[in-house]
Amino acid sequence: MSVNDRIVADLIKNRIEFVTSVPCKQLAGVIDKIDKAPEIHHVPCNKEDEGMGLCAGAYMGGKRAAIVMQNTALGVTLNTLATLTQFYRMPLPMLISYRGEIGEPVACQVEMAVHTKALLDQMLIPTYHFHREEDADELDAILNHSFMARKPVAILTDAAFWKGY
Amino acid sequence: MIRSEVIKSLIPVISDQLVVCNIGLPSQELHMMDDQPSNFYMLGTMGLSSSIGLGLALAQKEKVIAIDGDGSVLTNLGTLPTIGNNEAPNFILLIIDNGSYGSTGDQPTYAGKKTKLADVARACGCDNVVECKAEEAPETMRKALESDQGTVIVCSCESGNIKVPVIELDPVVIRHRFMTEVEKRNAARGQA
Repeated sequence: MSVNDRIVADLIKNRIEFVTSVPCKQLAGVIDKIDKAPEIHHVPCNKEDEGMGLCAGAYMGGKRAAIVMQNTALGVTLNTLATLTQFYRMPLPMLISYRGEIGEPVACQVEMAVHTKALLDQMLIPTYHFHREEDADELDAILNHSFMARKPVAILTDAAFWKGY
Repeated sequence: MIRSEVIKSLIPVISDQLVVCNIGLPSQELHMMDDQPSNFYMLGTMGLSSSIGLGLALAQKEKVIAIDGDGSVLTNLGTLPTIGNNEAPNFILLIIDNGSYGSTGDQPTYAGKKTKLADVARACGCDNVVECKAEEAPETMRKALESDQGTVIVCSCESGNIKVPVIELDPVVIRHRFMTEVEKRNAARGQA
């Protein structure tokens, strides 16, 4: 099973029925699989904080929700994470491409990569870093953890995990 | 009419509906005038009322009204293409357009100048955009609820505010009682 298929299978296993996304080159394959999965309602959004609003609504409507996004957008979501997701105590798995790590060809991406873990740490968001393909073995448990704790969790997936850029 | 009068006039029409209400004074006014478990009050996160409302409408069957403002929609303008491209016949976005950022001291918005939000919504793919005057809000909302069509209402009113207390309900309480209400209504629908 490809890593993209495994990720989507874990989303479905955890009864995630609503996914919003802003694309990243590294995430293109998984977004495509999510879009094609009949179990998941995929609603592309235009900005990540907007997507978190959609997820909050879907969650209150009884559907488990998740967001797929790039780490460079973390900054624009901080207010939403604090005053919506965390303040109202809602779960939110965030599958994040960790651009700017080893193997990154675009220097500018490194500029947000160096802030990514610090920002997540400052926001007290449980963060998991997928570097090797077998790290995805833990995805099922991480998703379960987010819904159990009703907290956002970040899954950072770097270039090595995706086998290159 | 100012926004608080528009909200007051809408209460007989929206009191029994699922309502997601915009941050600041709109939520405080609705909470003061007609607190209901079917109301979700935003205590923070400017701009996301329409996004929360759309997510809620797409996830379940009951009708959803998102009360938003011109300033908030401008903050999250990307919401309109998402609404326009994701069909939700049970979703009504009410933009109360007073041409100003009411909760922060009535600073003018661009919607009060040259930008026409109804035209923006149409250009973004929203099929059913209705413009109305403040005094027409209840009738326009009644028709939108009866239409079973996703609708964006842009309701023009005057700028100005009344004094309202802040909402002291805990956010988790607001969220929990709202979710309980959503679940109950959908369960009743399933049995009907």
